[in-house]
Amino acid sequence: MPNPHTPPSSPTERPTAQRPGAPRSGDERVVLDDTAIRRALVRIAHEVLERNEGQDRLYLVAIPNGGVPLARQLAENLRSISGLELPVGILDTTLYRDDLTLRGERPPLRRTEMPSAVDGRIVILVDDVANTGRTIRAAMDALMDFGRPSGVQVVALVDRGHRELPIRIDYVGKNIPTHARELVILRGRNGSLEPPLEVVVVSKGGDA
Amino acid sequence: MIGRDLLGIEDLDRADLERILETAERMQEVGTREVKKVPTLRGRTIVNLFFEPSTRTRTSFEIAGKRLSADVVNFSPTSSSLTKDESILDTARTLDAMAPDAVVVRHKVAGVPKRIADALAAPVINAGDGAHEHPTQALLDLLTVYQEKGRIDGLSVTIVGDVLHSRVARSNIYGFLKLGAEVRVAAPPTLIPPAIETLGVKAFTSLREALDGADVVMALRIQRERLDGAYVPSIREYSATFGLDRTKLRFAKDDAIVMHPGPVNRGVELSHDLADHRPSVILDQVRNGVALRMAVLYLFAGRPVAAAQEG
Repeated sequence: MPNPHTPPSSPTERPTAQRPGAPRSGDERVVLDDTAIRRALVRIAHEVLERNEGQDRLYLVAIPNGGVPLARQLAENLRSISGLELPVGILDTTLYRDDLTLRGERPPLRRTEMPSAVDGRIVILVDDVANTGRTIRAAMDALMDFGRPSGVQVVALVDRGHRELPIRIDYVGKNIPTHARELVILRGRNGSLEPPLEVVVVSKGGDA
Repeated sequence: MIGRDLLGIEDLDRADLERILETAERMQEVGTREVKKVPTLRGRTIVNLFFEPSTRTRTSFEIAGKRLSADVVNFSPTSSSLTKDESILDTARTLDAMAPDAVVVRHKVAGVPKRIADALAAPVINAGDGAHEHPTQALLDLLTVYQEKGRIDGLSVTIVGDVLHSRVARSNIYGFLKLGAEVRVAAPPTLIPPAIETLGVKAFTSLREALDGADVVMALRIQRERLDGAYVPSIREYSATFGLDRTKLRFAKDDAIVMHPGPVNRGVELSHDLADHRPSVILDQVRNGVALRMAVLYLFAGRPVAAAQEG
């Protein structure tokens, strides 16, 4: 009988700083430090501008929790590079997950704040770690409930690459090949998502 | 730890209450969207099993279930044969054989939801049983107070009226005490349960004393049949002594809010003016009821059976 206190890990498990129980004892290596994260977000800002040239109806939508500080930084970069003032939204995907009925304990809901309509805008979803593609699928379904964007593009700071759905990430900070038994975590100071940020790979060991 | 069923606030601890309230705050956002529906409980079936008529609570559960994309079926047996325990369980078992993912139960007899829960595989949510508990009402009241006041800890809450027969009062007493508020009740002596103070509340027969310094004043609905002599001499006397109006409300804090579980007997528990205007928050309570019940259905309905039973 599975113990409901430790929900089984699932393909859509999104370990971020929101899971303070993530193992610290296991093998842990930093794959992106704060400087590397900042550099990646500057490069992505340039790529976004290049790809959407002449397009000012962009809308950054963060997938919480990890996507939130990244989307804010990206918005700041876009402002300083091109003067674009873009709205930044937060879209929780939990109610759209495809594994809810498999789990005993329901995951906590996170904040959704969509300050601007999505109709006719190119929405750029911002996530910390892309892996199976299931979170992005959920985010796209959620987005469609808010209206009809003219396009959807995806930013991921880290792409682990174990895709289970035909989802493409348009802007990748860094490709990090990982074992399925490893966790990739974006975290900030003292378990928050305040800078300095870093991305670590933690091996789950036998029990996580 | 949130268990399989939601039978009463008495069974929950502070962390459970906070988790349900936080979930409800997130669910409120869904209600502000143009498309007020999320796919979370798609393909799940929720049965509203109401042995006692209740349009408001049933509708609130129905809207909550539909906003989560569940199929909601209303079943309201009214025949007098169903008052027998055997037939109640028989009805419940028949429903259970149709494999619902949650059964929402209201019954005029305390303890019926528990007995049904013991007989069923599906999670049971108590929508009010006799004078026992009405957990979702208390939870939506807690949510309303939390959002009005920004906290519950340290608040002073006065519940006025027919505490003796009120499941709303019981559930609220448990809820507010568990979240750190001070709770007082005020009623004629005939409507105060004898051992009420053992719950940790203070009982008053003077409304003025009970209201002194209150942040929240909650008026309870009084059934008309209790107003004709057995418990109180007359409607007029009850309303003169315990009916809230702006004059009596002056004894509470300046920024006190007024609540009522509805439907209000206007001019009895609340003056007409108070029933409709600030500082009463009655329509906020109704509005919050939908988000709160969405949260309850999200947390309790449609989980894997084994996990839900252990949890």
